[in-house]
Parts: sequence; C-alpha cells; structure tokens
Amino acid sequence: MKIRTVRYIFKQGFVGLWRNRGMSLASIGSVAASLVVLGLIIILVLNINNAAETLQSDFDTVRVYLEEDLTEEETARVGQVINALDDVRMVEYESKEQALANYKESWGEEGYLLEFFQENPLSNSYIIHLWDIETAHQVVAVLENVDGIDEVRYNEEIIQNLLRMATFIRTIGLVLIFILILVAMFIISNTVKLALNARRQEINIMKYVGATNWFIRWPFVVEGVILGLIGAVLALLMVHYGYQYTLEAINLRFTAIFSGYLLPIDTMMQRTTYMFVVLGSGVGALGSIISLRKHLKV
Amino acid sequence: MIEMSNVTKKYVNGVQALTNVNLKIEKGEFAFLVGPSGAGKSTFFKLLLKEEEPTSGKIYLDNQDITKVSRRKVPYLRRNLGVIFQDFRLLPNKTVFENVAFAMEIVEASSKEIRRQVPMMLGMVGLSERANQYPHQLSGGEKQRVSIARAIVNNPSILIADEPTGNLDPETAWEIMKVLRQINRRGTTILMVTHAKDIVDVMQQRVIALEKGRIIRDEAKGAYGYED
Repeated sequence: MKIRTVRYIFKQGFVGLWRNRGMSLASIGSVAASLVVLGLIIILVLNINNAAETLQSDFDTVRVYLEEDLTEEETARVGQVINALDDVRMVEYESKEQALANYKESWGEEGYLLEFFQENPLSNSYIIHLWDIETAHQVVAVLENVDGIDEVRYNEEIIQNLLRMATFIRTIGLVLIFILILVAMFIISNTVKLALNARRQEINIMKYVGATNWFIRWPFVVEGVILGLIGAVLALLMVHYGYQYTLEAINLRFTAIFSGYLLPIDTMMQRTTYMFVVLGSGVGALGSIISLRKHLKV
Repeated sequence: MIEMSNVTKKYVNGVQALTNVNLKIEKGEFAFLVGPSGAGKSTFFKLLLKEEEPTSGKIYLDNQDITKVSRRKVPYLRRNLGVIFQDFRLLPNKTVFENVAFAMEIVEASSKEIRRQVPMMLGMVGLSERANQYPHQLSGGEKQRVSIARAIVNNPSILIADEPTGNLDPETAWEIMKVLRQINRRGTTILMVTHAKDIVDVMQQRVIALEKGRIIRDEAKGAYGYED
C-alpha cells in the first residue's frame, strides 16, 4: 500500500467522523462509558484481591478475644484449654496494652491519634498458630464453647468472604460489560453506516473503476477505530482522575487504616491502559466491520 | 474483445433475463445494443461487470473467462472496463480534474502519472479549460464528457456505455458520439446500450438487438429497427 493511499484512507476516515459529528460523539460516549464501568470493576476487584492478599499474611492464625473481666487465673486456664488441643502448634498471649502499642507502631506517624482514647478499647487475646490451617474450622467450633472467650476471629473467613465478593463483582461486571460493549458496537456500526450512506455515490464509482474491496473498506474501519480509541482515552482520563480523587479522599478521612489495602494509582493505570486501548480500538473495528458486512456489497 | 457463449441468466426470483446468448464483439469494434426495456440489456451489462454471475455459459473479456475469476480479483477485471452512465455519476464536491484523477487515485497511480494523464484525457474530450470547475457549473454534455474522460483515463480496452445520450438534447448527443467514435478509433472496443434511433441509424455500426432475453438480430451495419 502506498503512502498516498494511507493518507487518503485516514483523511476519508476523519471526514466521515466530522460529517456525522452527533453520532460520532454518541459512539465515543458509549465506548467511554463502557470502559469507565469496566475500570470501576477492575478497581474494585483488584483492590479486594489486594486486601485479601495483605490479610493472607495472618492467614494461619486464629485470634481469640477474652472477656473483659477475666481474672489472671481464668485467663491462664483458657490458655491451657487452647494449648491442650491437638491441632494447636503454639499459643501467644497479647495483652490489650501490647495490642494498643502494636497499633501505634503500625499507624506510624498517625499513631498519636490513639492517645485520644481515655480507656484502652481493645481486649486481651490469644493468637493461636495451627499445625494445619485446614483444621481451623474444628478448632474454632471448639473454642466458641469455651468459657471466658468473647469472640473468635478467624481471618480465613474474612479472606474467603473478600474473595467471594471479588468473584461476584467480577461475574456481574463481566455481564454488564458484555452488554455495554454490545451497545457501543451497535452505536459505532450505526455511525459508520451513516458515513457509508454519505459516500454511496463515491463507493459506487469506486467499484466501477476497479477499486479493491479493502481500498473501499479501510476508511470506514479507520473511522470506527478512531471512535473507539478516543472513547478509550476519555475513559482512561476519567478512571485516572476519578481514582486519584477517591484515593485522596479516603486518605484524608480514614488516615492510614485503608491505604495499605488500596493499590496505588500507577499500578492501576498500568493494568488498565493497555486493556482499554485494545478494547476501544477492537470495539471500533468490529463495529465498522459489522456495518460494512451488512450495508456494503463490494 | 467481448465474447458470450451460451449464456443464460435466471434470477432467484424465477425471472429468466437472458436465454442462450452467443455473441462476439471483436477488439476495436463499435457495437450498439438495442431492445425494448426488460429485454435483458441491464442483465447483459451486469454480467460484463461481474455484478451478476450467469446461470450457465461462459463470458470472455480479452480472452479471459471472467466466470472463472474469483470475487477478490473482480476489481482488477474492472480496471480493463470503462463504464459510462446516463446520469453521469460525477462527484459533486470534486472539480473536473479531481473527478477524473479520482479514477487513477483508487488504482493507486502515482501523482506524476496523474498530472500527466488527466490533462491529456481532458484535452481529448475538449474540456481542458474546465479543469477547475465543479460539476454543477457544467452543461449536461460537458458532464458526460467528464465521465467519459474518467472512464478511459486508466486506458481500459473496453468501454461500455449505458444510454450515454439519454439525458442530452440531440445536438449535444452528437458531440458525445463524436468523442466516443474518436476513442473507438484509438482501438478501444465500445459497446453502447441505447434507445436513440437516429444515432444508431446514422452511425452505421454493428447493431445487436435483444428481445425477451434472446438476440433476435445482429447486423454489421445495422439500423435501430424499432419504432419507439
């Protein structure tokens, strides 16, 4: 293909875009909207997975919070009961003072905030390490019936719940995205159809003079791809600034509690940019090809 | 050279447009195709352009059996075939020069070739002065001459014309015939579908008459032979 031909194809593609500005805007908007929704889903799923992974470091432990007014003997007795279980490898005691100190440490600079508590709101607890995490369910079932235990916290459940939530969002999201992308494709194919109608006469002459089929088709494919790409770029900008804004807002209001679980913006953009560009141009190309198959007999 | 051998065309809707047509138009010949509407002239045209396929039979253009040419190769086939229409089919937003150049652009000719070839063609049809005007500034005869220039700019060996004088007054029609005759003298085979009795009668060229899908008459120096 000659350079002049390429120039001709691109010029015709842009002329088509401009001639049907209204429909072009609608196409770009629908691609952008679909991709923004996709972006939202990716942000949710990736962040939840990330949080689950972060929690996974505490995966093999079960934490037992003790009742508030337990005496030292009673506390020790609970410890013995736990130790006596076959599945337990090791038991650590963490006093509520120690727990508070740990929080202070992990919150770093914001740790001073914890000093506003007049009374320590935390509880004394045992951290139980198991031989095999598979037995956690049985151990938890036994512990729940032991006197003096207020609450059994078992991370695996949280992680499982998170992962289940991520899967759920992903499934619902994929269905939603599928529908949105179909809509975007439909709108693009209609836009290309308009461009096709505007050039009917020209195409007719081209056919008789012996233009190859792809010479006739290319400008429309280019038009569709440009529509998809502009939509993708818009969606990327929205996702980028939207996520940045959300991160800042969360950091401002909730300090450091969440920030450890949220993915930084760069990681997010790395994962979405490539996907959006490919999807945007793919949807555009497919939209125009559908239109060409239906309305252009070459 | 155009040759049809036992060509029959039956459309899916059951209409039999052509029945057992045998015909040979030699290179450099000038032939008229006449007949009442519905005689099969349009189908004849479409078969030559490979817009339609014959139900049976073979069609040769310059000794190549076009019924055997794949769809993908059709564009290259059409480059050997200039076409002009009753309604000119010029692009309104392009100048005379650009309309003719367009035919060269889509076969990817170089701009050097275009700059050389287009003025030559415009000179041949007598429109050199009008190169930068738009179709709406031209008379009907001038528009048809532009479309002729476009049809022959890629040097096709065959020119087929579908009632090229149908929209023109008699005087202008004769100007067009002069141009076509001139092109024919350069060696281009011309097949012209027409209803213009006076033109056919005066030109004294080969006349092929179609009726109900059959060739009923084929005379070397014929007359129109109908009273319509």
